[in-house]
Amino acid sequence: MVNHPEHNALLKAYEQATHRRRQQFGSGVAMVLLLSMLAAWMAEVDLEKFYDNIGNFTSYIGRIFYLESGQAVIRDPSEWFWGLNKWMALLGETLMMAYVGTLLGTLGAVLFCFTASKNVTRSATLIFATRRFMEFCRTVPELVFALIFVVAFGLGPMAGVLAIAIHTMGALGKLFAEVVENIDMKPVHGVVATGANWVQKIRFAVMPQVLSNFASYALLRFEINVRGAAVLGFVGAGGIGETLISAIRKFYYADVSALLILIILTVVVIDSLTEKLRHQLIGSGPESKA
Amino acid sequence: MTTDAQITKYPQHFRTVTRHRVITITVLVTMLALLILSFYRLDFSLARIFSGFSKLFDVTRLMFPPDPGWGPTLLRYLHAMGETVAIAFLGTLVSAILAFPLASLAARNTRINLVMHFLARRTFDTLRGVDTLIWALIWINVVGLGPFAGVLAIICSDLGSFGKLFSEAIEAADRKPVEGITSTGGSRIQQIRFGIVPQVLPVFLSQVLYYFESNTRSATIIGIVGAGGIGLILSEQIRTLEFQQVSFVILMILVTVSAIDWLCSKLRFQVIGQPQH
Repeated sequence: MVNHPEHNALLKAYEQATHRRRQQFGSGVAMVLLLSMLAAWMAEVDLEKFYDNIGNFTSYIGRIFYLESGQAVIRDPSEWFWGLNKWMALLGETLMMAYVGTLLGTLGAVLFCFTASKNVTRSATLIFATRRFMEFCRTVPELVFALIFVVAFGLGPMAGVLAIAIHTMGALGKLFAEVVENIDMKPVHGVVATGANWVQKIRFAVMPQVLSNFASYALLRFEINVRGAAVLGFVGAGGIGETLISAIRKFYYADVSALLILIILTVVVIDSLTEKLRHQLIGSGPESKA
Repeated sequence: MTTDAQITKYPQHFRTVTRHRVITITVLVTMLALLILSFYRLDFSLARIFSGFSKLFDVTRLMFPPDPGWGPTLLRYLHAMGETVAIAFLGTLVSAILAFPLASLAARNTRINLVMHFLARRTFDTLRGVDTLIWALIWINVVGLGPFAGVLAIICSDLGSFGKLFSEAIEAADRKPVEGITSTGGSRIQQIRFGIVPQVLPVFLSQVLYYFESNTRSATIIGIVGAGGIGLILSEQIRTLEFQQVSFVILMILVTVSAIDWLCSKLRFQVIGQPQH
């Protein structure tokens, strides 16, 4: 069968067709391999150490589910969640930080997004300046802003709230500007034709079209910010993160698992709540298109 | 037609109190009340805001001009930045490679059995639920301080995201090529290799490239908890109030992130074709 002439011709054609693709694929793989070797050297990857210590990882995961008395956490939940009241207050603080940060950031984004949209703002300089400013706000990580704000505002949730607000403003500003650039321009022309000024144009022609989308994006950002606020405490910017990092550093194993479970649960609850709200906003809003 | 006649004909358009308005006002008032309560609970005060902003102004002024430190300091910065990129690159690559087989366990059309499917999904959810910074702290306990812990942290949290995204991509794949391969007598492995992989590979690659960029951002901050990269230097400089160097490091991060962003979007367009604009 292998020596059949027709079969051989087919095989040859297949070889020819795949030869170039295979070569490209091979050189791509070689390049990635080379780069990853370089990266492994840079990142001090030490497989031997990994192999020797991987047991520590599993034993760590195991240990966080045991109390100091040696009992499994599940057998004594009241001892496991001994600090529940304190932790719930801290979780509340974390949620408040996310809420205030998201709200302030959203207001900032609403303020700036119109001057970043080509269809409602004429001045190219203004558009360029607003866009670069927002880009700066979203590229610098939240935690870096938090570190700087801790210096200026002192330790505590205020620094965290402002860091979230700045970052949210940059991230949402970009999305909002995209929404504004995709609106139907007919109402805008209509309002302008009646002699409306810039503010009236935005309020009566643009806002009604974009508001439900803005709210939906803001809710999505709130979800992200709850996760973000949970770790801002690592640099002293308030919330539950501070307790978590000290529990990890001081090897309070059972506390680590209790705090992680509380944080994950909170995130899951917030996620499902906001998802419901968002579906309502997008699904039944009078201005919705999608 | 007079206005009175219009009002009697279309009363719904002339009502001042509508259900919609009541809802809007209630929502706004609740949000405002929550905001005020939060301000109170989070210790916001006008005095603190004013003194904070004036201090922030001073800090910002101290940042100019950015100071690279030259000589060995600059080399140290560049090395740390390289480390950051290396952490992001390696973390993204390894987690993508690991996620590939795991995602096929989690996808509905390629799974082996229900138990594995369920286990894989819950594993992804848990991995994703724990923040990269927390993973970094856990891995530091295992392999010690340094960039290696950062790589492992990124692998862990990305494995969750990639697993979810990849399995969704596999589920969205067209069944017809698979049926074609089955009809020629292809085995299960051949069905996946020739029926599904060619469809999902471009999608995977584009997601991996997107994550490489976002991981570069994450890798800049994991140094703050001691897991290598530029974050360690940045937090050190901020805590010792060396603001001219801080601004230089931030600039360096901005330039690197936008360079990688540019590179990734270029590669992505090559993989999935030009954008549809």
